[in-house]
Amino acid sequence: MKKKTLGQQLLGAPYVVWAALFVIVPLIIVVYYAFTDAGGNFTMDNIAKLSEYKEVFWLSIEYSFIATVICLLVSYPFAYLMSRKRESTQRIMMMLVMLPMWMNLLIRTYSWMNILERNGLINNFLALFGVEPLKMIGTPGAVIFGMIYNYIPYMILPIYTVMSKIDVSVLEAAEDLGSNGFSKLRRIILPMSMPGVVSGFTMVFVPSVSTFYISQKLGGKIMLIGDAIEKQIQSLYNYNLGAALSLVLMVMILICMALMKKFAGDSNDGLIM
Amino acid sequence: MDNSNTTVPEKKKNIVELKNITVRFDGETILDDLSLSIGDGEFVTLLGSSGCGKTTTLRLIAGFLEPDEGEVFFDSKSMNGVPAYKREVNTIFQRYALFPNYNVFENIAYGLRVRHVPEAEIKERVQEMLTLVNLEGFGKRPITKLSGGQQQRVAIARALVLKPKVLLLDEPLAALDLKLRKDMQQELKNIQKALGITFVFVTHDQEEALSMSDTVVVMNEGKIQQIGSPIDIYNEPENAFVADFIGESNILDGVMKADYRASFSGKTFDCLDSGFAPNEPVDVVVRPEDVDIVTPDKGMLQGIVTSVTFLGVHFEIIVDIGGFKWMIQTTDEHHEGEEVGLFIEPDAIHVMKKSKYSGQFGDYSSFSDEMDTMSVIEDEEDE
Repeated sequence: MKKKTLGQQLLGAPYVVWAALFVIVPLIIVVYYAFTDAGGNFTMDNIAKLSEYKEVFWLSIEYSFIATVICLLVSYPFAYLMSRKRESTQRIMMMLVMLPMWMNLLIRTYSWMNILERNGLINNFLALFGVEPLKMIGTPGAVIFGMIYNYIPYMILPIYTVMSKIDVSVLEAAEDLGSNGFSKLRRIILPMSMPGVVSGFTMVFVPSVSTFYISQKLGGKIMLIGDAIEKQIQSLYNYNLGAALSLVLMVMILICMALMKKFAGDSNDGLIM
Repeated sequence: MDNSNTTVPEKKKNIVELKNITVRFDGETILDDLSLSIGDGEFVTLLGSSGCGKTTTLRLIAGFLEPDEGEVFFDSKSMNGVPAYKREVNTIFQRYALFPNYNVFENIAYGLRVRHVPEAEIKERVQEMLTLVNLEGFGKRPITKLSGGQQQRVAIARALVLKPKVLLLDEPLAALDLKLRKDMQQELKNIQKALGITFVFVTHDQEEALSMSDTVVVMNEGKIQQIGSPIDIYNEPENAFVADFIGESNILDGVMKADYRASFSGKTFDCLDSGFAPNEPVDVVVRPEDVDIVTPDKGMLQGIVTSVTFLGVHFEIIVDIGGFKWMIQTTDEHHEGEEVGLFIEPDAIHVMKKSKYSGQFGDYSSFSDEMDTMSVIEDEEDE
């Protein structure tokens, strides 16, 4: 291995400083708060109290898992079709996928609030036909929908990226050797696109599981783990419990990512070509 | 001359037949009323430059493409509407198209697994193929760790393991370097002989076509220009296009004075061709290696040497005769500016009917068409 010159090492310096200041130091602070009480003495109370939040944790995982799976089911065929289109068509489709991402998450969620409300766009429209107003806002469905709507581009993009690297002639070769559509999907397309699926899954699941804004605006009384943390810190000023909750959430996410990485590692060889 | 002799002399039964195939793409005609019969066990090469329709023809047989008009027959059964995965032909793709998610063994086993062949038989047949292509012991290698030549062999094994009656090869050697390409040519030819299956080989390399094939099909602009054995194609080109495309040739504008008497470059020569109308305008081909350079007084034609290139085995000499640049290949050394005579034996003269390609080729002022047009600014570029 060639040693990097001082100049090359210095190129990385700004980010190293950034990461130390804004990633490592805050992490240490979180750990410190999680294991201390308001007076700064070491305690395990915060961790012990977490058992009260078991249901909130489960609910967060359940909702974000459902949202992620639906994202995957919608994105996968879409990404495949997109990757097989003409280049100019691909660019337009990509634009449409990215467009909502250019708007702020809060604004997007607020608009959905207006659309789904009791006196919102949909119910007003239904009223024209004499349909009773539907209860949409404040339901689990609205929260899951919010997650899907906000995070689906993060599923489409990585899958599309690996799909577009699959050469047409590889698919033709599979056909030539006797594969029909389903066998081609199972034996070639799925294994070759697995790395994209794994990173898409991570990129949707992780922000969904820690969201608090979507559940607050679209979920009414539904409280997810993100909301619990926000409540501890913003309204109850219990930084210690908030930090403990965050710590557990972080560990959960890390475990999830490690699992995903293991999956990706198995199929990564396929991504080289 | 038109394509009236598009049928090969009947040897064996035909395994693949294309009848009056027309393919259009975006309003452009890619294949124009093409008919072709391929005999069982034959090594047939489709030869032409890019865009001539040779790959389209191959894809038509493979089933990746349906003709707009006409029919494809396989073993006398119509293949129209039969998808690729149901056809008993296999293809070797230009860039091999191996499956990166499988190792060598699994790549070769792919077709067998799709057909649910028992595991023991899969093992046996894949091993057999690994031996055939000289890759014993490579089974567990990821295909990304193979050289170009090895990948090529895996592609061959993957296709042949299914024992197809016809193997389609789409410029399979184009990505290999020259020496490896020669070895693979030999190897492919040996495999074809050993297995006795039909090979349909697509290439733009005329040397490759001549050295490997039983039958060469020369294509241009979506039409077959000539079908024949390599020797026939070289010695008896059908028209100016074939004469120019296969090897080097001096193509002259001439007139057939009478049977066995051809006139060109202002002189009349004895030749071996007959059957033309008296004074019929014709194209005359003289291969550069068939011309002898002699002293001007002994020559049938006189001219001045304008360029001499040493190519190792021989010299390539350009001689200007009345404004037409002849190419002559000889082992004798001559010098620029030297006045020489050309001596042409009757059997060196080949007379062809006039075709749409007459006058387009044959003069050695430059070697490529591109050289002729390179310095011509086209209007499109101004846009």
